[in-house]
Amino acid sequence: MTTVARSLSNKEPLLEVKNLRVEFPTRRGTLLAVDDVSFDIAPGEVLGVVGESGAGKSLTGNAIIGLLEPPGRIAGGEIRLEGRRIDNLPYEQMRKIRGARIGAIFQDPLTSLNPLYSVGRQLVETIQTHLPMSAADARKRAIDLLKEVGIPGAEHRIDHYPHQFSGGMRQRVVIALALCAGPRLIVADEPTTALDVSIQAQIIALLKRLCRDHGTAVMLVTHDMGVIAETADRVAVMYAGRIVEIGPVHNVIKHANHPYTRGLMGSIPSLGHRSERLIQIDGSMPRLTEIPRGCAFNPRCSERGRRCLVERPDLIPAGLGWAACWLHDVAGVGPAATKELADA
Amino acid sequence: MPDGSTLRSFVRIEGLKRHFDVSAPWLVRKLEGRSRQLVQAVDGIDIDIAKGETFSLVGESGCGKSTVARLVVGLYPPTAGRIEFDGQDMAGRRVRSESAALRRRLQMIFQDPYASLNPRWRVFDIIAEPIRAFGLATSKADLEKQVGDLLRQVRLTPADGRKFPHEFSGGQRQRISIARALASRPEFLVCDEPTSALDVSVQAQILNLMMDLQRRFGLTYLFISHNLAVVYHISTRVGVMYLGRLVEQAPTDTLFRRPKHPYTRMLLDTIPDLEMTGRQRTPVAGEVPSPLDPPSGCSFHPRCPFANDRCKAERPRSLPIEGGAVACHAIEEGRLAIEDRDYRPAP
Ligand SMILES: Nc1ncnc2c1ncn2[C@@H]1O[C@H](COP(=O)(O)OP(=O)(O)OP(=O)(O)O)[C@@H](O)[C@H]1O
Ligand SMILES: Nc1ncnc2c1ncn2[C@@H]1O[C@H](COP(=O)(O)OP(=O)(O)O)[C@@H](O)[C@H]1O
Ligand code: SF4
Ligand code: SF4
Ligand SMILES: [Mg+2]
Ligand SMILES: [Mg+2]
Repeated sequence: MTTVARSLSNKEPLLEVKNLRVEFPTRRGTLLAVDDVSFDIAPGEVLGVVGESGAGKSLTGNAIIGLLEPPGRIAGGEIRLEGRRIDNLPYEQMRKIRGARIGAIFQDPLTSLNPLYSVGRQLVETIQTHLPMSAADARKRAIDLLKEVGIPGAEHRIDHYPHQFSGGMRQRVVIALALCAGPRLIVADEPTTALDVSIQAQIIALLKRLCRDHGTAVMLVTHDMGVIAETADRVAVMYAGRIVEIGPVHNVIKHANHPYTRGLMGSIPSLGHRSERLIQIDGSMPRLTEIPRGCAFNPRCSERGRRCLVERPDLIPAGLGWAACWLHDVAGVGPAATKELADA
Repeated sequence: MPDGSTLRSFVRIEGLKRHFDVSAPWLVRKLEGRSRQLVQAVDGIDIDIAKGETFSLVGESGCGKSTVARLVVGLYPPTAGRIEFDGQDMAGRRVRSESAALRRRLQMIFQDPYASLNPRWRVFDIIAEPIRAFGLATSKADLEKQVGDLLRQVRLTPADGRKFPHEFSGGQRQRISIARALASRPEFLVCDEPTSALDVSVQAQILNLMMDLQRRFGLTYLFISHNLAVVYHISTRVGVMYLGRLVEQAPTDTLFRRPKHPYTRMLLDTIPDLEMTGRQRTPVAGEVPSPLDPPSGCSFHPRCPFANDRCKAERPRSLPIEGGAVACHAIEEGRLAIEDRDYRPAP
C-alpha cells in the first residue's frame, strides 16, 4: 500500500505504523487478524480507533506496545517511535521503552495494579525503574502524579491499597502509573468502558488535558463513538482487521465516507430525535476464517457493485480523509451485483 | 406513581426494600468490636407499570437496578414491601400451581448472553425447556414447530436449533436468550442491561427486535440500562435511581426535556455529544457514596450543588409533578427552576 494517512499537523509524526500485519498460526492455517494497517500520530494528537469487537483494535495496540500474546506475532510492516523502529526489538529493550516512552492503559484497572501493594509503593517502584531518583523524591513525584490525575487527598490516599479505591479512582491511578516516566505516547485500550458515564467524562477530560499540557500523543482504542467524538482529533475505523476509514473526527462522524461507518453512526441512539426504529446494519462482521473475497464489507453493503465482490479496495482519498471503498475510486463499484453473483 | 389512580397498573411495586447483610462473621465481629453491616441495595421504591408500556430504570453502577429486577422476578425475596402482578400479590402465591402460572407470565433477560445460556445444551433444547416445563406443547411436532417459530421471530433459522451457544456471536446469543424468554408466552419481560455487552451495531438490531416483538405481542417491559440514549429510544416512562431510591420518574419526553431532580440533570449532562454541537460534558464532581454508609437526609446531598441544611437532615418525599414524581426539597420549595432542554443539533 502506498497511501499512509498522515496526521493533520505538519509536525514530524511521533508514531508511524506502516503496513502492519498480525498473524495467529492455528492448526487450521494462519489467521490474519490485522491486515496491512498504516497510520501515524503527531505529538499532542489523539487518534481514536473504533470498530466492533474482534475488528483488530486491541491487537494493533498490543503490537505497538510489544505485548502481543503468543502465538500472535507481527508478520509484516514496521512500527517507528520518534523515527526509531521498535517492532523488532528484543523483549528487554522493549520493556524499557514501554515504561519510559510509551504508557499503556487497559480496560480493567485491576489488571495493571497489584492488589498486595499500596498504590504508593507501585508508583514509587515504577518511577525508580525509569528515572534516577531517590525514594523520597520518587514519593514526592508519585503524590504530584496522583494530584495531577485528580485524586483528592493524594498525600493520604497514596498509602491505600487498590481495593480501597472506587472503579473510577483506580483507573486514575492506572493513568498515573502510565505517566510515571513522562511517556511520549499513551496507548489506551477501552480506558472508560468499565466505568459509569459520569466517571467516563472525568477520565476523558484528564486524557485531553495531558495531551494538551505535555504534548503526549494518544492512541485511544474504544468502541464508544461518544468518547471519540469528544476526545479524538482523528479517527480510524477498523473492520475485519483493516482500517476502512480514517480522517478528522468531525468528518468521520458527520460526513462518513465509508458505508460501514455510515451504518455504524446511524445505529447509535441519539437524543436529537426519536424514531420507531434505529438504523441497523444487517448481518455481522465475518469471522477471520470467513472473510469474503473483494471488499470484506460487501455482504452487508447496500451500495456494492460487481467490482466489490472481486477486488479489495485500499484506502482512497475521500473528502478530508481516506476510505477503503470503490465508491471513491474513479472507476467506481462496477455494474450492480446480483444476489446470485454474490453467492457464487 | 402517586397520581397512578388514573392508570390501571399491570405491575405494582410498593415500598419495596431489599437489604443485604455483608457483616464479617459473628466471631470476627465480637473479637474486633465491629458492628453489623447492612447494604440497603433497594430502600423503599414505588413503581406502577401499565400493560404494554416500557418502564426503564437508570442510574449509576451499584444504585440497585439489578436488585430491583431480581426482586420483581422473584429471584430474591424482598426485605419489605409488596409486588403485585395483574392484581395478584406475588408473595401470596402459596399454592404451587398458582406460582408456576405466574412464573410463566413473567420472564427475565440478562445482561450477559454468554453466562445465561447452558453451554452444553443445543439451542433447540434451551428454547424448548420452558415449553416443556410449563406443558405448553401438545406433541413433539408441536414443540418443534413452536421452537422453529421462536427462532424465526428473533431472526434466526430453525436449523440454528442444532447448534450450541458457542457457535454464535454475542448478538445472536442474545437473540437466543430472547427466544427462550418468549417461549413460555410471557406478558411481562424484565430486561437487565440486555444490550450492554454488545457492540452498537448489534445493539441496534436487538433494540429494534425488542420493539417489534412488543408491538406484535403487546408485551410489557421493565428495562434496565445505564445508557440514557438507549433508554430514551425504548421507554414509555423512566425512573431514575440513586443509592437504592427512586429520585425521579416521568414520561420519557418529560424526563429528557424537562428534568427536575439535580441528579437527573447531572446524568443528562454526562451523555456524550455525538451531534458535535460543541456541548461539553460536565465532569461530575464526586462519585456514588458507599451504600454501606449512605449520607443522611437526601443521599445525593454530598454531590448536589443545591444542598442546604434541610437536605442534610431530612429525606425528601416523592411528590407528583408534571405527570411524574420527584423527591427533592429544592424542587418542592420552588428554589430550583425547571428549564427546557433541547438536544437537536444547532441548525
Ligand atoms: N447478593 C448481594 N450481597 C450483598 N450485596 C449485594 C448483593 N447484590 C447486590 N449487592 C449490593 O447492592 C447494591 C446494588 O447492587 P445492584 O447489582 O442492584 O446494582 P446495579 O444498579 O444493578 O449496578 P450495575 O449498573 O453495576 O449493574 C450494590 O452496592 C451491591 O454491591
Ligand atoms: N490468541 C488469539 N488466537 C486467535 N485469534 C485471536 C487471538 N487473539 C485475538 N484473536 C482474533 O483477532 C481478531 C482481533 O482481535 P482484537 O484485536 O482483540 O479485537 P478488538 O480489540 O477490535 O475487539 C479477532 O477476530 C480475535 O478473535
Ligand atoms: S467497496 Fe463496495 S462493498 Fe465495499 S463498502 Fe464500498 S461500495 Fe460497499
Ligand atoms: S433534596 Fe437537596 S440535596 Fe437532595 S437533590 Fe434536592 S436540593 Fe439536592
Ligand atoms: Mg479489544
Ligand atoms: Mg446491574
